[in-house]
Amino acid sequence: MTSVDRSPRAGAGVASPARGSTPRPAGRAGGADRRPRRSHDGWWPVLFVLPTMFGVVLFYLWPIVQTGYFSFTEWGAFGGQTWVGAENYVRLASDPDLGTAVVNTLVYTAIVLLGIPVAMVVASLLNRPGMRFTAFYRVLYFMPYVAMPTAVAMVWRLIFNGDFGVLNWLLGLVGIDGPAWTSTPGFALVAVSVVGLWTSLGFAIIILSAGLRNIPPELYEAAALDGATAWRQFRSVTVPLLTPSVFFVTVITVINGFQLFDLLYALMGQANPAIQQTQSLVYLFYNEAFLRNDKGFAAAIAMVILLIVGAVTLLQFRMQRRWVTYA
Amino acid sequence: MPEATLTRAPAGAAPRRRGSRHGSNAWAHVLLATGGVVMVFPFVWQLLTSLSTNAQVMSVPPVFWPGELQWGNYAEVFSKLPFLQEFWVSVSITVVRTVGQLVLCSMAGYAFARMRFPLRGVLLALVLSILMVPSQVYLIPQYQIVNGLGWLNTVAGIAAPGVFSAFGTFLMMQFFKGVPDSLEEAARLDGANPFQVFWRVMLPLAGPSLGALTIITVLWSWNDLLWPLIVSTRAESMPLAAGIATFAGRTTTDYTVMMAASVLAMAPILLLFIVLQRRVIDGLAHSGLK
Repeated sequence: MTSVDRSPRAGAGVASPARGSTPRPAGRAGGADRRPRRSHDGWWPVLFVLPTMFGVVLFYLWPIVQTGYFSFTEWGAFGGQTWVGAENYVRLASDPDLGTAVVNTLVYTAIVLLGIPVAMVVASLLNRPGMRFTAFYRVLYFMPYVAMPTAVAMVWRLIFNGDFGVLNWLLGLVGIDGPAWTSTPGFALVAVSVVGLWTSLGFAIIILSAGLRNIPPELYEAAALDGATAWRQFRSVTVPLLTPSVFFVTVITVINGFQLFDLLYALMGQANPAIQQTQSLVYLFYNEAFLRNDKGFAAAIAMVILLIVGAVTLLQFRMQRRWVTYA
Repeated sequence: MPEATLTRAPAGAAPRRRGSRHGSNAWAHVLLATGGVVMVFPFVWQLLTSLSTNAQVMSVPPVFWPGELQWGNYAEVFSKLPFLQEFWVSVSITVVRTVGQLVLCSMAGYAFARMRFPLRGVLLALVLSILMVPSQVYLIPQYQIVNGLGWLNTVAGIAAPGVFSAFGTFLMMQFFKGVPDSLEEAARLDGANPFQVFWRVMLPLAGPSLGALTIITVLWSWNDLLWPLIVSTRAESMPLAAGIATFAGRTTTDYTVMMAASVLAMAPILLLFIVLQRRVIDGLAHSGLK
């Protein structure tokens, strides 16, 4: 619990070299391009960069090109691809599963996003002056984020069990007859989303806490001098200055939300009768590519996921001007 | 626990806002503790059911304390699923990926940050462009490569693509960009070659960043499900994440063993987290991604 050297600026922890020994220069080190230095480093850069470039090209860049190509092909049962033009995309456009998967992924993401206001409340409580045991609380709230999703999904299966789950027992106490959560369409998606929210809450709390600590106390003092009430201070100081952190958490949560797979797969299981109505985009991809072995069609799904995620992220960055305040 | 006061307001600042309302944190503790119980309940419940009998698990109303603790459930984990093999696969892929990323990402990150070479900008743009691409877009070709190499169901096959990381390269590059030039110049004047500068001067400074990269890679590698599920089909060559999911798919009623297996699978990471909590949280927060 040595917090003394903790840099008050979030984001500086990783980037600040050798805390204490070298005070960070004001404008960083100027970037790689602006320093007067020897004109070349000989063959050294090749040694440094080649291994990474090799792996990146082999396992990432070339595969992206290949998937793009595959999305226009059909795969034979014994290997070999035939060019089929846009057929996969045409088929995809009329495939009801795609619509279901898009809607499910959006619903999941939306429910997980509801964790951000909750995280904001928790973060403000943790940052109250004189608050004690904060390290302990942080561990409690952060544990689900580091725990293996498949392993925690196992206990959530029990909690959500329709016949003997704790949740339905609790609901029964107030007279509600709960459904078989993980195998009823609709309810299953809610169950998966709740677990997703539980998993990602800690991350949002940590980022928002760092954001709160970045707000200079002088601003509150000035506001108080001007006679601002606690609520007014929250609304006019805390909220606007926290928007960059909220934006960051939102972007990350949405990107992760679109990658929903582990929790869904582990919580429901492949044999689940409700899986088709509950599947996410990534599950749809996995199912087509590796269970039904329709890799050309799956490649088209992958390209659609790329497009959707790209468009949503772009949209978020466009919208940030409307609500994010950069001091 | 001095952090609450130290991280905010420099010492000697005017009395804290709301400082007069002393002891008003009580209700904050009530709220945080209530939420904390909800957050931790699944873990506690998992531990309790892993020590119960199947009959107790399936009873209504639920049995909260199993009475006689069924440690035998944990013994059964080792006979009902190839736990040790799966554990070994998890450890192996985690070590291979982490060591690989630490070496490769710090070298590439260093070169991109502080060396000059032709096409530097283009290569960097290529590497960073991957960050924006969801993994589904490269999974099928990756599977083909691993399959072509005959690496299905091997540690090499599961670990290989994850040895390289655009994100890790970016993280290390950001760090090396912030190191003052003077350190490097001094070493160079002493006649050190670029590798010696990197190894003796720069890397020792990079401790916190290397730590963050280690945490991120270990977590992701230990918990990842989709890729291992694709390239391993035999239970004994899967890492734990895939092994547990597969076991759960086969047996739907062996709840207590399933819980014991999950507890064992999560335990190493959770213990590590509790021991290194501050470093883990800061590392993840500052790098922004899992």
